[in-house]
Amino acid sequence: MNIVLDNFDAYLAGMIDTIVLTLVSFALAFVVGTIVAGFRVSPVPPLRAVGTAYVTIVRNTPLAVSMVLFWFGLLPALGISLSRFWAGIIVLTTYTASFVAEAVRAGINSVAVGQAEAGRSLGLTFPATLGQIILPQAMRTVVQPLGSIFIALIKNSALVTIISLPNLTKTGEAIGTATVQFFPALLGAGVAYLLLTLPSGAAVGWIERKVAFRR
Amino acid sequence: MTAPVLADALGPRGRRQARVASVVASAVIVGLVILFVLRLQSKGQFESELWKPFTLWAQWKFFLGGLVVTLKVAALAMTLSIVLGTLLALGRLARSFAVRLPAIAFVEFFRGLPLYVLILFCGYGLVEVGIEISKFQALVLGLTLYNSAILGEVFRAGILSLDRGQTEAALAVGLGYWQSMLLVVVPQAFRRMIPAIVSQLVTLLKDTSLGFVILVEDLLRRAQLAGGFFGNELQSVLVAAVMYIIVNYSISRVARRLEIRQRRRYKAGAIQVTGVEDLAIVGAQAEAAQIQATDRE
Repeated sequence: MNIVLDNFDAYLAGMIDTIVLTLVSFALAFVVGTIVAGFRVSPVPPLRAVGTAYVTIVRNTPLAVSMVLFWFGLLPALGISLSRFWAGIIVLTTYTASFVAEAVRAGINSVAVGQAEAGRSLGLTFPATLGQIILPQAMRTVVQPLGSIFIALIKNSALVTIISLPNLTKTGEAIGTATVQFFPALLGAGVAYLLLTLPSGAAVGWIERKVAFRR
Repeated sequence: MTAPVLADALGPRGRRQARVASVVASAVIVGLVILFVLRLQSKGQFESELWKPFTLWAQWKFFLGGLVVTLKVAALAMTLSIVLGTLLALGRLARSFAVRLPAIAFVEFFRGLPLYVLILFCGYGLVEVGIEISKFQALVLGLTLYNSAILGEVFRAGILSLDRGQTEAALAVGLGYWQSMLLVVVPQAFRRMIPAIVSQLVTLLKDTSLGFVILVEDLLRRAQLAGGFFGNELQSVLVAAVMYIIVNYSISRVARRLEIRQRRRYKAGAIQVTGVEDLAIVGAQAEAAQIQATDRE
């Protein structure tokens, strides 16, 4: 256990890196995912096709594969130089957004059809109906799935280790390699993750109860 | 059905707007695709040299061999997770606190860890405390620990979703607690949970690709090896990605079908599936709800 305490600062830094990665990609994924969900329910067929294709392709590709494909395949092939941080953010965002899109779409479908009809009767356009009437009501039911997506993202952010971007897992791995004591080093990282995921789970539960419909 | 999801069919003005938007959107999409392709072209990514390995049977054999490893890992881990998950669910619902506590601790612990850390731990950490397992076994172990925690929660939800009358009836005819659980409750709950289990299989199958971090020769690892050997990383990993997509898409279609069928069968008995990260279920729920809504009309 000593090596964990000796490297306490490194673990703390790793934790902060993981938190930053998670928050930035979650914020972006929320925006992208909502837009994709909007595409999927829009009356414009090409947009619907793009939305469906995006969700189907991204959701069925393992995150590790996307990470390798983007960093070791696509970026060199296109001759684009991008920092590891932004590459990691882009892959995590793309992946997470597909789940957000599904959650938001389910939320949209949970809103009674009459709401959209009422919006249209008032003369609102499709984007206005969606943005001002449907989505605000949909968000309540979306809180719970979004919460599990957020927690999954904390864990999924570990995969940026594949592209050598600093994060909690990389810290654990690096300390394990340096000391040749993977057992305590990874256990330390694991405990640090639990310090992030367990409170997040509790927070999500709390928010969920706050916004729940009274039935 | 081309009517928009949000409301009834559009009027003449709405149709006109939708048509204009379609044309503009198509133009933008096609433009972006052309730009992307031209960029790849200018970087020589369509050179036949880079794609040539895929004309060889040996290359395909190498990839398919990787896919077999991936499927084998997924099948093994899934089977073990279902068994362990059932035990965990029963443990968590047990009346004795001494049984409940370890089950809760197990689930909360392994659910909160990234699989990446868990697999590294099984692959490199366990050897240090004298547990000698192969990398393949380490991968299966890591996946099983994680997925049994998730499936345990799914089963628990399934058992709880069952009408209390089932347990009461079982107890009334003189069965003991465990008998009523194993003979009456679990089989019914399991049946209800089949769609959730199948869609968790997709998540599990995707997660097997993490085996490449401990150098298990699965599809991703082999694609990387081939890419390094022929200098065509993009093409190799792309082919692997397509293979993953085909397999996963097929499984998630099955999951969706099953889910919709279940919905029809148990109409009101909507299952609250908690703890499942993969939202294939939520998507399926939405679609099923939609189908029900259209049925009613």
